[in-house]
Amino acid sequence: MSSEDRARTDLLPANASYESVSEQVSSIVLKKPTPRSWKFSFLIGLLMLQALLLGIGWLFAYGVGIWGINIPIGWGLAIVNFVWWIGIGHAGTLISAILLLLHQEWRTSINRIAEAMTLFAVACAGLFPLLHLGRPKLFYWLIPYPATTDMWPQFRSPLIWDFFAITTYATVSLIFWYLGMLPDLATMRDRAQSHFIARIYGVLALGWRNSARHWHHYQKLYLLLAGLATPLVVSVHTTVSWDFSVGIVSAWHSTVFPPYFVGGAIFSGFAMVLLITIPLRRVYDVKDLITETHLDKMAKIMLASGMTVSYGYLMDAYQAWYLNEPYDSYIYTNRFSGPYDYCYWALILCNCVIPQALWFPAVRRSTLFLFGISLCIQVGMWLERFIIITLSLHRDHLPSDWAMYYPTIWDWALLVGTGGLFLILMLLFLRLLPSISMSEMRELVHQKGGSNP
Amino acid sequence: MIPPDPRLSSTAAASEAHESGPLFGLLAQFSSDTELIEATHTLYADGYRALDAFSPFPLEDLSDALHLRRSLVAPIVLGGGILGGISIYALEYWVNLFAYPLNVGGRPLHSWVSFIPPAFECIILLGALAGAGGMLLLCGLPRLNHPVFEVEAFRRASTDAWFLCVQSEDAQFDSEMTRQSLLNAGAQEVWDVPAIEA
Repeated sequence: MSSEDRARTDLLPANASYESVSEQVSSIVLKKPTPRSWKFSFLIGLLMLQALLLGIGWLFAYGVGIWGINIPIGWGLAIVNFVWWIGIGHAGTLISAILLLLHQEWRTSINRIAEAMTLFAVACAGLFPLLHLGRPKLFYWLIPYPATTDMWPQFRSPLIWDFFAITTYATVSLIFWYLGMLPDLATMRDRAQSHFIARIYGVLALGWRNSARHWHHYQKLYLLLAGLATPLVVSVHTTVSWDFSVGIVSAWHSTVFPPYFVGGAIFSGFAMVLLITIPLRRVYDVKDLITETHLDKMAKIMLASGMTVSYGYLMDAYQAWYLNEPYDSYIYTNRFSGPYDYCYWALILCNCVIPQALWFPAVRRSTLFLFGISLCIQVGMWLERFIIITLSLHRDHLPSDWAMYYPTIWDWALLVGTGGLFLILMLLFLRLLPSISMSEMRELVHQKGGSNP
Repeated sequence: MIPPDPRLSSTAAASEAHESGPLFGLLAQFSSDTELIEATHTLYADGYRALDAFSPFPLEDLSDALHLRRSLVAPIVLGGGILGGISIYALEYWVNLFAYPLNVGGRPLHSWVSFIPPAFECIILLGALAGAGGMLLLCGLPRLNHPVFEVEAFRRASTDAWFLCVQSEDAQFDSEMTRQSLLNAGAQEVWDVPAIEA
C-alpha cells in the first residue's frame, strides 16, 4: 500500500465519489429528519440562553454592582470569559487559513465547522467587554466618529487596539466563512427538493453558478484571505494579551504574554473543535468524512500547543524569580500557595499534566479519552485566565487594598448563558447549512483519483 | 444539410419551444473534466471567444483552456489594504495631535508605535472587504437568475456534471454550426439556452 493510497483511505471513504460526498453532507440538512439528540441539545441550549437573557436584563436594570467585582478586583469573570471565548475562536482561523496555506489536506472536512465555531465564539466573547462597560448603551463611543462632544477614542490605549482587533477578526472571519460556503450554498440550491428551499439557498448563494470564471477569481481571493487571516489571528490574541502586559500590574507586565496567549488560544480552540466534532460524527454518521486520522492530527496540535502553554507558565515563573522583584515574586508565591491555590493546581493538572496522555496514539484515536481531555483543557484554560486576572489584582502593591473575589450568581449566569448562545448557534448551523465543505471534498476526491460518474 | 443526429432528438422539443425567442447560447454537457477541458481547447482554437465552462470544483486547466487573464483580485486587495492603513493612520495622527491632544504621562502625541496595531487591523479589514466586494464584482455577482439555470440538467453542475456554454454574442455563433462543433468535440448532449430578461 503506497502512502498515496493510505492517505486516500484515511481521509475519505474508499468508494467516495463526487455524488456520494455531496449527498452525505447535503442530506444532513435537506433529507434526514432532525435527530432526537439535536432536539434535546437545542432544548438545553434554549434553557441556558434564558440565563443569558436574565443575566443581561438584571445587569441593565441594576448595573455592574450585581457582579462580584470590587476594588481592587475591577476585572472579574466578564473579562475572564471574554478572553476564554476569544481564545476558543482561534482554532477556526488556524484550521481554515494556516493549514490551507500549508497544504494540509486533512483540514478539508473540519474547516467549515471550525470557522463557524470561530464566529460564534467571537460573538459570545464580544458581549462581555460591552456588558462590562457599565454603560453598555454608550458602546459606540469606542468607534472613532465625529461626535458633538468633540471627544475621540485614545489610540494609545490597548483597549482601543482590542476593539479594532476584535471587530476586524469578527468581520474577516464572517467573510471567510461565508465566501467559503458560496459554492456549497449553490450545491444546496441545486439539490433542494422543494422550490421554496431552493430559493432560500439560491439567494444565499448570490447566484453562484460554478463557472470557471467564478472559480478563477474565487480561488485567488480565498488564498489571499487565508494570507490575510494568518497574521490577523496571531494579532488578535496578541492584542488581547497587551490589555494586560502594557499595564504595570504585577505578573501582567510580561513580554512572554503574547506568544503564550496565542498558544493557549490554539490549545483551547482545538479542544473545542474536538468537543464539537466528536458528537457530530456520532449523531450524523460522518465518521468516514471526519475520520480518526483527523482526530489524531488535531490531538497532536493540541499536544504541541499545550507544551507551548506549559512553557509559558514555566517562563512566567522563572521571570518572576529571576527579576528578583518583590511584588512579582509575591504574586507568584501567592498563586501556588495563596487563597486561590486550588485553582492554580487544578490549572496545572488540566493544562499540563492530563494532556500528556496525548503522547499515546491509542489515546489520540479514542473519542472517549479525547472528549474527556478536551473538557479538562477547556476548564484549565478558563482557570488560567481566572488566575491571571484575579490573582494579580486581589493582592496588589498596597496590602491595605487586598480583597477576595467571589463571583456571584450573575457572573455565572453570563458564562452559562453564553454557553447556551454558542450551543444554539452551533446547532442551528449544523441543521441549516452545509457543515462540511462539499466543493473541497469533491476536489479531494478528484485529487485522489476519485470515481467519475 | 447535416444528417440528423440521434443525440439531438431529445432537445428537439426544447429548441422548438424557444424557436421564437432569442438564444442566450448553447449549453453542452461533457462526461468528465478531461473531456470538458479538451473541448474548451478545441472550441477556443475554432475561434470562439464568448465561452464559459462550469465545473463542480475549481480546475486550473479549465481557466487555462479559457485563456482567462490573471485575476484582478490581488491588486484590489492590495488597494483596499493600502487605503485602510493610510486612512486609519491619518485619522490617528489627526485625532491625537489636533482634534483631541491629551498628555498621557508626558508621552509624545505622535506615539507612532501605538498607532501601529489599529493600522495593522485596518489594513487587513479593508483588504478583506475590498477583496470580497471585488471578487463578487468581477464575477458579476450577486444576481438572482441566469439563463443557464433554465436548463434542467444544469442542476448537476454543482455536483458532478461538466458543462460548456457558447454564448450567442460570439461573432462566430451560429445555432446549427456551433451545435455541431460541440457534438464533434465530444458533447453528450446540447441544449438551447433561452435568453431571459435580466
